[in-house]
Amino acid sequence: MSSIISFENVHFTYPDDEMESLCGVDLQIEEGSFVTVLGHNGSGKSTLAKHMNAILTPTEGKVIVNGVDTSDDDRLLDIRRNVGMVFQNPDNQIVANVVEDDVAFAPENLGVPMNEIRQRVDEALKLVDMYEYRLHAPHLLSGGQKQRVAIAGVIAMKPKIIVLDEPTAMLDPRGRGEVISTITKLCRENGMTVVLITHHMDECIGADRLVVMSNGKIIADGKPAEVFSQVELMHSEGLDVPETTRLMYELNCEGMKLPLEALDVASCADAIAEALK
Amino acid sequence: MSEIRVEHLSHIYSQDTPFEKTAIEDINVTIPHGQFVGLIGHTGSGKSTFIQHLNALLTPTDGKIYVGGKDINADKKSRRDVKWEVSLVFQYPEYQLFEETVYADIAFGPKNMGLSEKEVDERVREAASFTGVDEELFQKSPLELSGGQKRRIAIAGVMAMRPGVLVLDEPTAGLDPAGCSQILDNIKKYRELTGATVIIVSHNMDDAARLAERILVFDHSRLVMDGTPEEVFSKPEELIEIGLSVPRPTAIAMELRKRGLQLPDSIYTHEQLKEAVLKLREAKNA
Repeated sequence: MSSIISFENVHFTYPDDEMESLCGVDLQIEEGSFVTVLGHNGSGKSTLAKHMNAILTPTEGKVIVNGVDTSDDDRLLDIRRNVGMVFQNPDNQIVANVVEDDVAFAPENLGVPMNEIRQRVDEALKLVDMYEYRLHAPHLLSGGQKQRVAIAGVIAMKPKIIVLDEPTAMLDPRGRGEVISTITKLCRENGMTVVLITHHMDECIGADRLVVMSNGKIIADGKPAEVFSQVELMHSEGLDVPETTRLMYELNCEGMKLPLEALDVASCADAIAEALK
Repeated sequence: MSEIRVEHLSHIYSQDTPFEKTAIEDINVTIPHGQFVGLIGHTGSGKSTFIQHLNALLTPTDGKIYVGGKDINADKKSRRDVKWEVSLVFQYPEYQLFEETVYADIAFGPKNMGLSEKEVDERVREAASFTGVDEELFQKSPLELSGGQKRRIAIAGVMAMRPGVLVLDEPTAGLDPAGCSQILDNIKKYRELTGATVIIVSHNMDDAARLAERILVFDHSRLVMDGTPEEVFSKPEELIEIGLSVPRPTAIAMELRKRGLQLPDSIYTHEQLKEAVLKLREAKNA
């Protein structure tokens, strides 16, 4: 698999800031993969996300997205067309008074022909399971529904990559579940590359890969089960690990021998039941 | 003392219009002074409507609310007075910061209570210490600070009024784990030092299980469960039935029981689960 996003020794400092927000990040993201980036506030994870569609460009180093250097101003539209972004607050991302008009906003601006816009909007709304709400007013929807409309608006551009910066932070558990299953589907069934920035560790469990950021650096990178099994490292960074991993880790400290990779509740229960047989 | 007594409380929005909607129906509950209560339920279950009745922001369609034995809706004066006794912190309170400096923002509430400048100053410093807001920040603009700091300042502004009942709607929403535990610690500290009643609305079952002495569960406009965490989480199936999640240790314990392990009925914290598993191992080795 080839990488669709590539960070090469990326440094970034915000204007008027003395500290670097990214200090030498190297990262390759494969096409079609589901990658989560975890880290607490100020770790650099949002700054990393904003480099993926040239909202920010590196102070030093290079970011190549879909073969294009993000510092190349002439190719800006190319990059933005291929990388859709979804942010935390759904209310800040919705522009129209009717759901389907909102989803049509981006393709309209890209100059897509009328009949194709209709088709793209319908497809996008079906994909996020909001088709039956197409004539509703967005402000009357729930948070999870609004966020799915925002995702549909991005999909209607037909980007290759979708980057979501804490899309569930303002949602209730039901809304969070809706958004996570929608983006998982986009990756698994539609082959989109998904980058999810989050501080909810449970949202990382279903991803292909988990990247942990701290102080502008990548401090862990691997399959979610591998990364979470480094309990001491996660704790030293002030990050939580899933309850399953924490339980097995502490039971192991008491002399049991449980596999820390058993991340979901069922496999954790299997492992404990097996050990107690 | 501010015991809260709610009798047959119902609220219907837009009554007698085509948009009529019953938000809460026949709620009966007494909360003794000083209790730490967790309020859980779905979006739309009625919990926000309920808390807005506790300081007379909303007027009941039916039923009565007594705080410290007084009917809070008896007359205009009671409706005003109860707002000093019962304070609400809404979701995302940082959006309500508006003053030029952190100090002025925290001082806004006590100033409006008509306290002297000296008393206001004491209250501001006390509230800042409850919430871990450094006095060095006092002259800064609250808008320059990080999300977690803003939230603490907003909460400090409410604590500065020293309410006997502090009600918080989703105080940790949108914060990272470090930010969440800081806010929860601030609230605990406020309660320990003032003996206040604390009512927290939360989606996070793990927090509710760990902190609250009593849990109220709302579903479809009604109060459907009321008990200690031990009682409420000993019926995880009921919670799942109404579409709520259970604390993560409870979920793991349920799976272990399905696999034939004999665990105590009520497990809702990490420590309880760990201890229960270790006991089983001891029994096996013995």
